[in-house]
Amino acid sequence: MDPLKKAGGRWSGAGSPDTIGRMNGISERALGEQALVRRLNDRLGFGPVPGDLTAGVDATVRRLLGPATDAAAAAVPPPTGLEAPAKAKDGKEGKKGGQEAKKAANRQRAAQERKLTIWWLDRMVVSRTAGERLTWFWHGHFATSNQKVRNAAWMLAQNQTHRRHALGRFGDLAEAVIVDTAMIRWLDGQRNRKGSPNENLAREFLELFTLGIGHYQEADVAQGARCLTGWVLRDQGAMFQRKRFDSGTKTILGETGDFDAKEFARLALAQPASAAFVIGRLWFRLVSATPPDSATVARLTTAYGAERDIRSLLMAMVGEAGFKDPAASLVKQPVEWTVGLLRALRLRPGKLEEKEQAKLLAGLRGMGQLPYRPPSVGGWPAGASWLTTSAGLTRLQLAQQLAKIADLSIVDNARDRAGAAGALLGVDGWSDRTRAALTGVKDPAHLIAVAACAPEYVVSA
Amino acid sequence: MDNLTRRRFLTLSGVTAAGALAAGATQVNWSDLMAAAVDDPLPSEQSVLVVITLYGGNDGLNTVVPAADPAYQKARPELAYGGDEVLDLGDGLGLNPGMKGLKGFWDDKRLAIVRGVGYPEPDRSHFRSMAIWQTASPKSPVPSGWLGRWLDATGADPLRAISVEPTLPPLLAGETTAAASLPLRGLALPGGPVGTAYAALGKPSPGEGPWQAKAAKSVLDLQNAAQVLGKAVRSGHEREDEDDEERNKGASAGGASQLGAQLELIAGLIEAGVPTRAYSASLGGFDTHADERGTQQRLLTELDGALTPFVQRLQKTERGKNAMVLVYSEFGRRVQANGSDGTDHGTAGPVFLLGEKVTGGFYGEQPSLTDLSNGDLRTTTDFRDVYATVLHHVLGADPAKILANHTTTIPNLLRA
Repeated sequence: MDPLKKAGGRWSGAGSPDTIGRMNGISERALGEQALVRRLNDRLGFGPVPGDLTAGVDATVRRLLGPATDAAAAAVPPPTGLEAPAKAKDGKEGKKGGQEAKKAANRQRAAQERKLTIWWLDRMVVSRTAGERLTWFWHGHFATSNQKVRNAAWMLAQNQTHRRHALGRFGDLAEAVIVDTAMIRWLDGQRNRKGSPNENLAREFLELFTLGIGHYQEADVAQGARCLTGWVLRDQGAMFQRKRFDSGTKTILGETGDFDAKEFARLALAQPASAAFVIGRLWFRLVSATPPDSATVARLTTAYGAERDIRSLLMAMVGEAGFKDPAASLVKQPVEWTVGLLRALRLRPGKLEEKEQAKLLAGLRGMGQLPYRPPSVGGWPAGASWLTTSAGLTRLQLAQQLAKIADLSIVDNARDRAGAAGALLGVDGWSDRTRAALTGVKDPAHLIAVAACAPEYVVSA
Repeated sequence: MDNLTRRRFLTLSGVTAAGALAAGATQVNWSDLMAAAVDDPLPSEQSVLVVITLYGGNDGLNTVVPAADPAYQKARPELAYGGDEVLDLGDGLGLNPGMKGLKGFWDDKRLAIVRGVGYPEPDRSHFRSMAIWQTASPKSPVPSGWLGRWLDATGADPLRAISVEPTLPPLLAGETTAAASLPLRGLALPGGPVGTAYAALGKPSPGEGPWQAKAAKSVLDLQNAAQVLGKAVRSGHEREDEDDEERNKGASAGGASQLGAQLELIAGLIEAGVPTRAYSASLGGFDTHADERGTQQRLLTELDGALTPFVQRLQKTERGKNAMVLVYSEFGRRVQANGSDGTDHGTAGPVFLLGEKVTGGFYGEQPSLTDLSNGDLRTTTDFRDVYATVLHHVLGADPAKILANHTTTIPNLLRA
């Protein structure tokens, strides 16, 4: 069923938009039409590109969450030639030769990872649907770092899995991820053997991926680990070997059977706590740091349905009053801020010179968020964590670098240059503070760099 | 405080120039603090706390090793160190062979080891357990870290505590104040029109939302931090900036790398006499579920290699002698090895305290390896006892206000 039909024109009757006094702090019930369109672009995409803000709410939701595939993103083909560097043969070259070979392999790995990261950033920049934004969300949810995986091809395969199911059924996604090669390497799944369980993957699957703390017991972790036995890592990826699988009876979350990985995932998802957990995680990243109330969770659970349909859930989520609440602002994560700025400035990471690409990645690292390198299996922090002195400095430096290479004639030629900068970045409007700060900055690159660091742009209102 | 740092510090105070700073809550506190610094300069004997977090749940039993205990050898046949491999501490315990520098401090009576540290009803989630350690609230989640609350209680100045990682660890986030964070390369804001315009973004704007207000305040905090700390740091730290893959060893539970560079930066800040009383640094990679012995020994060697020159350097200056280092991790590991030559998440572990003011030796009871709770060590010391001790003796604060009335300290651990 077309989820758009399910939503049934709820958008047009969203109440009378009233943006008067927004910047003066007069409270109101819901965002105005244009601010809502901007918020949809921020939260389901990576920010508006010029022209996006003139579309209506219905059309914006249809573009972002409709069933259409993202032709623009699909036109950016994944990098080829990603393969694990050949292992240095021990002993043959002597210690010094071995060191050299190791260094060369590390360089090769780092180059592949850079290529992979630039490719994904490039896709985010051109994306037109919510698919890429949700792929990014799932990367933070099922956070896996190439720091330990050390294999760009495996990271790409995981990324494609996230993308394939990004707006599909959560059960399909969870079942694919629990036996994903990079995930197995990351959480020691291949070390989890019959008779000698390694609990890492089973524990994080319950705690961070599906249920959350308090909704399972230690025994469920131990028994869950047994379900995940049998998987081994080979050069081409993870493989299941039945003879290594612990086929005995397990009792997990109150059910007893000879469960395997897929069934373990199914049992977790069948828990009533699972829907609320996933809804809460999506809400936290896409809507607000303030959790939804129980009535909202109940409505969203209904929309999510027995099929655990992510697209339907998101359709319902953006229709909630909570989504339109002006108080539901979020600090942009560094990747969101950077990709949003690249989009606004019409810069394609894939087309930047290598030196500029390196600066882009160094900027993301300096702000504390590099794709494929989450700090832990818990993913990235949020909110005030991105507002540190250290990140603020890097943000300004990166904004300067990007503004320097962008075509800013539209700002240069404008009479109200601060206003033009705001329009280019797609902010709802400048506060008097920011307008005053921007007034008198002559060089358009300087103007854009400072504007991109303004609270009105760093935060998605 | 040397004269140069002091001059920059005072310039910032608003005593000479108020223009760049916006009116607002921080301004008041900042000025109050600076005015106090003019009348009553930060005494050089004021002590400083350096907290080092080991992310991933360091295996305490292979750090302070009960090598003489047959139950230890039996539980970990592939992982156990023999009595002749460890660095003997007495009491049947020895340090991991990677910790030779720390053994030297032990011999000099400047290393204290608190044994069996944990909290009631241990949680085996990295994230929950680390949150419990960082917020010092084992029973219910609270939104502030223990040093963040200390900041809140002592003048809401972000420079009183500094993190040297790109993101702020929760322990440094208060309800109203977050510590400053400083990249290894230092802080150098642009001058000219960009600098002026950027500075103006730090003003609060009436009616803006809380996140926008925090974003504006972070701009203001950055200006302040850059003016006080920028140059002191830049002088020694231009070199670290690239992405050597090997440098970023670690696993799935968070934490930073380059502990040596982090501590070098902190030593420089302490010697410069910046008005910071608490620092936070971290090392990740201790989530050793598999092939633990080599990985952990390498990480402990890195810890030792970073701490040893740091503590030696601190001993050379008056200000440095007043610094104390606290090293902890979120939980220990199971006594029994798992089938991957690693260990799964466990409970109590050792906490290290190092410095001139530390009375070296063991504190707290060594948990039994035979009287276990569901296969896990029983906690013998509440981690809040350690915090209360350093809050009281190092930061001169009242632990009751910061630790929800937990006031038990560890007697004789620190000298006044």
